[in-house]
Amino acid sequence: MAEKIGVYFDLANIGGGLDVQSLATEATKKWGDFIAVSKLVPELALAVTDIEADIAAQGLDGVLLCGASPRFDNELYRFKAQVEYVNLREQCVLSYKNPDGSAYIPAEVAPAPLQQLAQDYVHMGVAKLQKSSVPDSAAIEITRRILVLGGGWTGLTAAYEASSMGYEVVLVEKAEKLGGAVINMPEASPLGPTWEHKTATNLQDKIAKVTGNAKIKVYLNAQMEHLTGQPGAYTANIKTPDGTKTEAIGSVILATGWTALDPKYLEPMGLGKSSKVVTLAEFGKMLLNDSVKAKRIAFVLDTTLAEEAFAKEAAAQEEAQAEAPEAPEAKDGEAEEKAFVKADLESFKHLKYSNVVNSVGMLRLANSVCEKSHDGVQAFILYKNMTVPGILERFYKRMQDRLGVMMTKADVTNIQEVGDHMVVECQNTLLGDDFDLEVDLVVLPTGLVPTTAKEVTVQFDYRQGPDFPDLELFDGYADSNYICFPYETRRTGVYAAGCVRQPLTLDACEVDAKGAVLKAVQCLEAANRGVAVHPRALDNSYPVFNFVRCTQCKRCTEECPFGALDDDEKGTPKPNPARCRRCGTCFGACPERVISFANYNIDQIGSMIRQVVVPADFKHDGPRILILACENDAYPALDMAGMRRKTWSPYCRIIPVRCLGSVNAIWISDAMSKGFDGVMLLGCKYGDDYQCHFIKGSEICNRRMQNIAETLNRLGVQPERVEQLEVAIDEYDKVPAMIDGFVARITALGPNPFKGM
Amino acid sequence: MSNAILVVGGGFSGLTAAIEAAELGHDVYLVEKSPWLGGRVAQLNKYFPKLCPPSCGLEIQFQRIRKNPLIHCLTMAQVVGLSGSKGQYNVRVRISPRHTPPHNVDFTFLASTLEGETPSEFDLGLAGRKALYKSMPFAYPPRFVLDPETLSKSDMVRIAGQDKLDLKEEEREIELEVGSIVIATGWKPYDVTKLSNLGAGNVKNCISNMQLERLASPFGPTQGKIVRPTDGRTPHSVAFVQCAGSRDQNHLNYCSYICCMATLKHCLYLAEQNPDTQVTVFYIDLRAPGRYVKVLEKVQALPNVHFIKGKVANATQARNDCVEIQAEDAIRGEKLTLQYDLVVLATGMQPSLATEDLPLPVARDADGFIVGGEEAGIFAAGCAVMPLDVTRSAQSATAAALKAVQTVKGR
Repeated sequence: MAEKIGVYFDLANIGGGLDVQSLATEATKKWGDFIAVSKLVPELALAVTDIEADIAAQGLDGVLLCGASPRFDNELYRFKAQVEYVNLREQCVLSYKNPDGSAYIPAEVAPAPLQQLAQDYVHMGVAKLQKSSVPDSAAIEITRRILVLGGGWTGLTAAYEASSMGYEVVLVEKAEKLGGAVINMPEASPLGPTWEHKTATNLQDKIAKVTGNAKIKVYLNAQMEHLTGQPGAYTANIKTPDGTKTEAIGSVILATGWTALDPKYLEPMGLGKSSKVVTLAEFGKMLLNDSVKAKRIAFVLDTTLAEEAFAKEAAAQEEAQAEAPEAPEAKDGEAEEKAFVKADLESFKHLKYSNVVNSVGMLRLANSVCEKSHDGVQAFILYKNMTVPGILERFYKRMQDRLGVMMTKADVTNIQEVGDHMVVECQNTLLGDDFDLEVDLVVLPTGLVPTTAKEVTVQFDYRQGPDFPDLELFDGYADSNYICFPYETRRTGVYAAGCVRQPLTLDACEVDAKGAVLKAVQCLEAANRGVAVHPRALDNSYPVFNFVRCTQCKRCTEECPFGALDDDEKGTPKPNPARCRRCGTCFGACPERVISFANYNIDQIGSMIRQVVVPADFKHDGPRILILACENDAYPALDMAGMRRKTWSPYCRIIPVRCLGSVNAIWISDAMSKGFDGVMLLGCKYGDDYQCHFIKGSEICNRRMQNIAETLNRLGVQPERVEQLEVAIDEYDKVPAMIDGFVARITALGPNPFKGM
Repeated sequence: MSNAILVVGGGFSGLTAAIEAAELGHDVYLVEKSPWLGGRVAQLNKYFPKLCPPSCGLEIQFQRIRKNPLIHCLTMAQVVGLSGSKGQYNVRVRISPRHTPPHNVDFTFLASTLEGETPSEFDLGLAGRKALYKSMPFAYPPRFVLDPETLSKSDMVRIAGQDKLDLKEEEREIELEVGSIVIATGWKPYDVTKLSNLGAGNVKNCISNMQLERLASPFGPTQGKIVRPTDGRTPHSVAFVQCAGSRDQNHLNYCSYICCMATLKHCLYLAEQNPDTQVTVFYIDLRAPGRYVKVLEKVQALPNVHFIKGKVANATQARNDCVEIQAEDAIRGEKLTLQYDLVVLATGMQPSLATEDLPLPVARDADGFIVGGEEAGIFAAGCAVMPLDVTRSAQSATAAALKAVQTVKGR
């Protein structure tokens, strides 16, 4: 609780004719002893040393900076006191228009609604600071040991790189030896400049760097049994041939790779029906074992033939299912107790997504087989799109040089065994005519199915279950679904790399492994310092639970997007601060309001809401609208709208929130009992292509809207008074109209029945 | 010995490397040549495959920078000299004058009163900019820059009394001590003037894919409306010329990785703005790596987007400022001559270092990509190494940050 606050008004950035002295006087009048210093400074950025002096001399524990948006210059204001901002520029003066909708031309003296807007914001700022305290440390004792799951190319790279950072490593491999899929690869595609030549994999060197490393402990024939705890302080139970081993672990790298797609998907192209049809992975193994006898080989990249046959069959099945009577739905209670069942997410898509690996692999192996046979083999590569992107084009060009390798675009329309050979029918080729190709062997692509699509890899001992949530959104890959932040998973402290995340060539797997090591190290060091990781990196606040009032309703444990909360048998939540990303979704969920952050809590936002002066005369003084805006995208969009001189109704009061997931229904009740006429929740897009920084926050908020509507109905307030709207950060030109549209709808509804009560 | 890290380049790769290393507790100096961070990504309207706005990711990155006292951003700055060796480098950095204060001042009004204009580098010449400007609303640092050369005579009078503008500010040099270096100098669009068969930039309404991004951007020259630059009219027919410079020994001896996906994304922009627009894509291969196949399939399902496998031989001006292109349909073996309202050249990615100098001891290949440097504690990241998309650039940069940290750790 800040009790000695310094309030500073940045005259250079407060325009619009606002009576700044009056803002300051009113604040002091209202907050009395809480405000120890109140100053109007000509330019805030130049007053830093003065403020520091005030903090030292007066023992200020809070500083309130009134002027431009908090998104500017806050690197200048790193004070030894809590700092809060009042946005009087972008979201006040610059975005202000007159109540009648006309543009405001800045005058000597601000009109009353603008002065009132600014005054409300100043009071709200003091209230926020006054209800904010410095968090205690959430630091935990950590174990500087990284668990690497998977001893293939990616896992071996990760283990070695982590040990080179000075960390201990426990490497868990399911098979009896290290190396994974690369064991069966005769050679690698280019691993570095000049990116033209295939190269030895040197897998044995990579393995030796791990097995000969004192910092790395390897378990073979081993699998995860349980992962308990939190980043920095996990316990891993590992099932090994010598029984279960227990290891203290700091963070996890998931490099469990892939398994080959079920051959049934390629049956329409002859796989499994003829011994003369193999997959690329199988062909690599054959070449390694010198068992390739064929003289003419077709490498078929285009799998449309199988895809269409498979789609037809799937459609027929669907039809049959539609006719069958529906199974009775499980009752609610039963569903909750149901044991976890891993869904099998393997599909034909995995073959299509493996296009780069197969294009590059076929080029490589076609050349290898020609080389090995001293050009005694004729290889044909039939493709629809040769997907060799980027620098690997150089490799493609080189591989075209070999005389024994013939390539063409072709639609492969049929593959069948005729006598002692295979016939591949080709259409729409670059050679002018359709033709039938007679070969001794057909090589089809290998579908890389991520292990996470089929197995529970990590075995989390978490309240929300043993697996990563929502894997179906990403076709089973343990990917982040964020373009900018590829390493984030829904389980803090666990970073995926390699083909479990997406099908990658070996060079890309190595890069990916290194990146994952950095994130894994960063996460456990963050736990040691008690701070959050992405996206609220370095945030030292964390949720605190007042268990006395907890009713064990389990909402927080169920809704946390990151599964940070476990619970005991009674259902009392057990927080794991190092798993927490500090979004506040837990306290948004809590009906008893027992969860809070030291510097962000239910009471704080409630107090801010209560600071707004709501006029009793709706007709004359207009409605009052509360906007709870997500600080990640909506708030910056509002800032940019203001910067671009886009304006919105002066009846709105904006409060930034960490995530819409943190919006507690009590704030809506607070607003309604205060007399606000409407509440607008402005947050990120949700759905499959969500943009929510906390993945589920805006979606969860939307799900809660129904409960909110019911509550409002019970109170006799129309549920239309509360709306959630989605806004992307670049919709700054659209957001003012969204706001004004809502204000118009509320104005049409008339005043909140609670107004003035 | 120093455990600080120098990151050269403030685009997405450089930002990522700098932030990731700093969040591990290392001092990082981020040196960016232009006035703001964000690089090429800041110019993009949307990312594939989700079509989300890049400014969202940049906003997070900038927030992480603002909150981290270990990151020292130097904009309008260039590395001009280096001495020492791995673990202890002395780097000389030249900082150009910005002529505006070292904190946020809103010069919007003053800027709007100025007259002098010059073609905007940021909008790739599609619009002009004033002498006092900020290229993007989410710019970081949030500071205007004053370019005295663009000031007209009357502008000089207008700014004369402005004590916040310092026309006398001079270029200066500083010296930094670092233990390792990440090079993330990124890429630039391949120079269309070199593509003489495709009009060399002289054919009206024949634009580059990056120019299309600017047209589609809400803060671009047309506030997001994709129109013909000559007459502001919505194009009814659009052709995309893939591999404009890429996969060509005379130009770029590699595939630029992103242009197929960028074009697919552009097809989605066009379909959203005007579903009746007829779009034709001329391609050699449609390269949609991995899960991006989904985007390819989505676009292939659009009724008004057509794909022709074949290289475009040339582009010339036709009547009504339309563009005529000659191409070959490689499957049918036909020569085609067709006219379009708008033609977009899917120009490739050229490493910035192909044409620029960097006084750091690293080798480059014939195309300008960095090769090696690791033994000297210098690690290249992102498109300075090879053409990549944003996700893979982030991976590459995170990996480079690891190597840079390993080099200085415990020093």
